[in-house]
Amino acid sequence: MTEEIVIVGAGTGGSVLANDLAERLDAEIDAGDVRVTLVNDSPDHVYKPVWLYVPFGKRESEDGRRPLSQLVDDRVDLRIDRVIDVDTDAKRIEYRDGTGPNEYDHLVLATGSTLAPDEVPGLREGGYDFYSEDGAEALREELLSFTEGHLVLSVVGTPHMCPAAPLEFVFMADAWFRERGLRDDVDITYTYPVNRVHGNPNIAEWARPKMDERDIAVETFFNAEEVDPDEQVISSMEGSELEYDLLVDIPPHRGVDLIEEAGLGDRGWVEVDKHTLEAKHAEDVYALGDTAATGVPNAGSVAHYQAGVVGQRLASHVRGYPATETYDGKTLCFIETGMDEASFVEFDYENPPAPAPPSEKLHWSKLAYNEAYWLTARGLL
Amino acid sequence: MTDAAYDLDKTVDARGAACPGPLMDLIGAIKSVDSGAIVRLRSDNEQSTTDVPEWTEESGNELLELVETDDGYDFYVKKA
Repeated sequence: MTEEIVIVGAGTGGSVLANDLAERLDAEIDAGDVRVTLVNDSPDHVYKPVWLYVPFGKRESEDGRRPLSQLVDDRVDLRIDRVIDVDTDAKRIEYRDGTGPNEYDHLVLATGSTLAPDEVPGLREGGYDFYSEDGAEALREELLSFTEGHLVLSVVGTPHMCPAAPLEFVFMADAWFRERGLRDDVDITYTYPVNRVHGNPNIAEWARPKMDERDIAVETFFNAEEVDPDEQVISSMEGSELEYDLLVDIPPHRGVDLIEEAGLGDRGWVEVDKHTLEAKHAEDVYALGDTAATGVPNAGSVAHYQAGVVGQRLASHVRGYPATETYDGKTLCFIETGMDEASFVEFDYENPPAPAPPSEKLHWSKLAYNEAYWLTARGLL
Repeated sequence: MTDAAYDLDKTVDARGAACPGPLMDLIGAIKSVDSGAIVRLRSDNEQSTTDVPEWTEESGNELLELVETDDGYDFYVKKA
């Protein structure tokens, strides 16, 4: 009987895992003993970090899109469909169009993050974001014609994708307006929900002096409660208000409803053992990337490393060996600190980040990685 | 004092979460309850012992008690 491995979601985590399993289980797949199915509700793979550059006119949204059929190994059964129900007791899946296997032996949830701007009244109408393709393009239209006034970047909630991106955005905006001779006419304010400029104390301690040097105003303990799009005011539950001319927000994030409905965790995040990535509330279910509530950043590097761990563990299960690989929290991240300089951090569950001094070389390394990313998605890098 | 001494409206278990997860979980819970409600936050993150008191003071909510437990801390917060 064929052992069914079903991966839901073909972002970084799902795609890397599918390609990893195609390599590891080559012989078993060829013999018909194992089938790896990858289900995604769009035919395209999206590399979201490109969106950071779109508002500044540096990249186009389509630079971050490629057909999954070009990235996923032929040994993987790729289905363009949407999973609408998971029954972890019966180990069954239901699909919108019914194209995939209904029973699974091993299920991996890699469904990622979705944006939930409607959780804050007025946010959808009053703010712009660069966390979606449409949002980044709309923000580009606004930013290109913005020559004076108050730009507010508000991190509305955490966790959110790429925790460094809000810092990157204000550093890039500062440099971009300076280069164009407009900085004296543009005020920039950055808000964050806790009492520092980033969730991680080490990164916050590194970033704060840079913001002060560049006259980027900071409002901490600012949990956005409401936006008045007519008056152009954002107010916080701590009682402060900020008037803005252009509001760039990091909207609240959620996972997909499917996960909460299956009893696997709240707000669409699967509760997992943070080392094995196995779901706490179901057998033979893994989660990785943004979907797994491990406490590490929602970042592509995390999904990449976790995919390798899950791949090894699944291959061991299939072959009847003990699964030994574990995830240690490893995260790598480039952080743009202007338009031509960047920093870099590497950390894990035990070792905190120590950001590298910003340099032009690291900036070009980030851009080079963005180009090379497609090799990551194909499982080659 | 134990949770039995409080008429709890909600408990948020953020043990195992990295910073700022526990505080964000508390803020989310406070948003979802009525004025006067009492929320218990469970956290095993040392940073919470400074983050939570600072936020409750800033936001005008009341930290009723911080109890050290065998595996972390329990914070009892009353919504303003």
